[in-house]
Amino acid sequence: MNTSVIETSATGTSAFEAARLVLARDVRLALRKRGQLVQPLAFFAIVTTLFPLGISPELSRLRDVAPGVLWVAALLSSLLALEFLFRDDAQDGTLEQHVLSGQSLTWLLFAKTVAHWLLTGLPLAVMAPLAGLTLGVPAAAVSGIVLSVAIGSVALSLIGSIGAALTLGVKRSGALLSLLTLPLSMPVLIFGARATELAIKGAGFAPPLYLLGALAVLGITLAPLAAAAAVRISLE
Amino acid sequence: MLRGVRFCVNAGECLQITGGNGAGKTSLLRTLSGLMYPEEGTISWCGSNIRRDLQAFHADLAYIGHEPPLKPDLTAYENLRYWVGVRRRLANDEMSRELGRMGAEQWSNRPVRTLSAGQKRRVALAGLLLMAAPLWLLDEPTTNLDTEGQRLVGTLIEEHLAGGGLAVAAIHHELTISAALVRRLELSSK
Repeated sequence: MNTSVIETSATGTSAFEAARLVLARDVRLALRKRGQLVQPLAFFAIVTTLFPLGISPELSRLRDVAPGVLWVAALLSSLLALEFLFRDDAQDGTLEQHVLSGQSLTWLLFAKTVAHWLLTGLPLAVMAPLAGLTLGVPAAAVSGIVLSVAIGSVALSLIGSIGAALTLGVKRSGALLSLLTLPLSMPVLIFGARATELAIKGAGFAPPLYLLGALAVLGITLAPLAAAAAVRISLE
Repeated sequence: MLRGVRFCVNAGECLQITGGNGAGKTSLLRTLSGLMYPEEGTISWCGSNIRRDLQAFHADLAYIGHEPPLKPDLTAYENLRYWVGVRRRLANDEMSRELGRMGAEQWSNRPVRTLSAGQKRRVALAGLLLMAAPLWLLDEPTTNLDTEGQRLVGTLIEEHLAGGGLAVAAIHHELTISAALVRRLELSSK
């Protein structure tokens, strides 16, 4: 193809504005399709309220298992929403348009992952203390639980974005997505549950929280790059 | 899939790619857009390999595939704002103008899922105009359009070429544009 002489009066969108538009679009779409939004939260609420029925109504016993229950439920809920992260966009050609937009795909996918966290991770962080109360968690532990789930779910969304991008071309990708994502999520589960446990005991929970923060920063640095590479391969 | 394909398109020209089902029309368009990597050969834009600066090439490119890239739960306006807005800043009156030109303004505030396939195609073509890109890659641009819509696509391409743009279109049905502006490339499935 040869040079075009066409002149356009187009004013390019800045990378920040482009990311803001992607984020705003995903939030608006999620609010119009509430079923997808509510599903992980309902799953989280059901799992955490079923445990007292299955184990024992004794609060001291429930308090001991609360960190594990809260974190496994949060991890699985987050996983439930991951399947939709890029799938619809891949099917309707939006992802192709992102690749061809002249903007950094890494940056646009990061914006999508932030939207995913706002719609899944943040509501889970808000719900976690309520679920914790049904497991006998003291009110003093609320801040520790909210912080650990909020920071940990950032890492989970970012790790999940890599899995979601890698499984784009796979039909019924849920099982494969779990296989790819769950092993990588283990450190988040371990440090998150530890921070929650320390918060419940009234001890200082900062060290595991810092480690969760480090995982989140590592995810912010690497996950969008990996997801963008995976999306490009999937679209080929 | 594609062998021995070599061509050059100049400013003000339209290349019509024809061929039967499975001949590789869509694959060729996707390769030209940079979405697919050719195993051999290169694609050049303005004299340099598109792979050298793919992002800059993409800023000059508007690609419309088989399916219009529209979200069913958003209105036509919202779709254009989010889709084209990622590339360039859009004013509301600019969107209204192009939607009006495509005869799509009266349904532009309805969710796209309530529109017919032809109406969606018209919204997508409004997006194509709003992208203001010199290079158009169009995969079956007249699909689902009525006769008047098909003529409109021809007019849009002619205007684009008159402004110094280029168009490469994979088609089953001839575009209604001046024969002097068109070059043809027939792909064979053998």
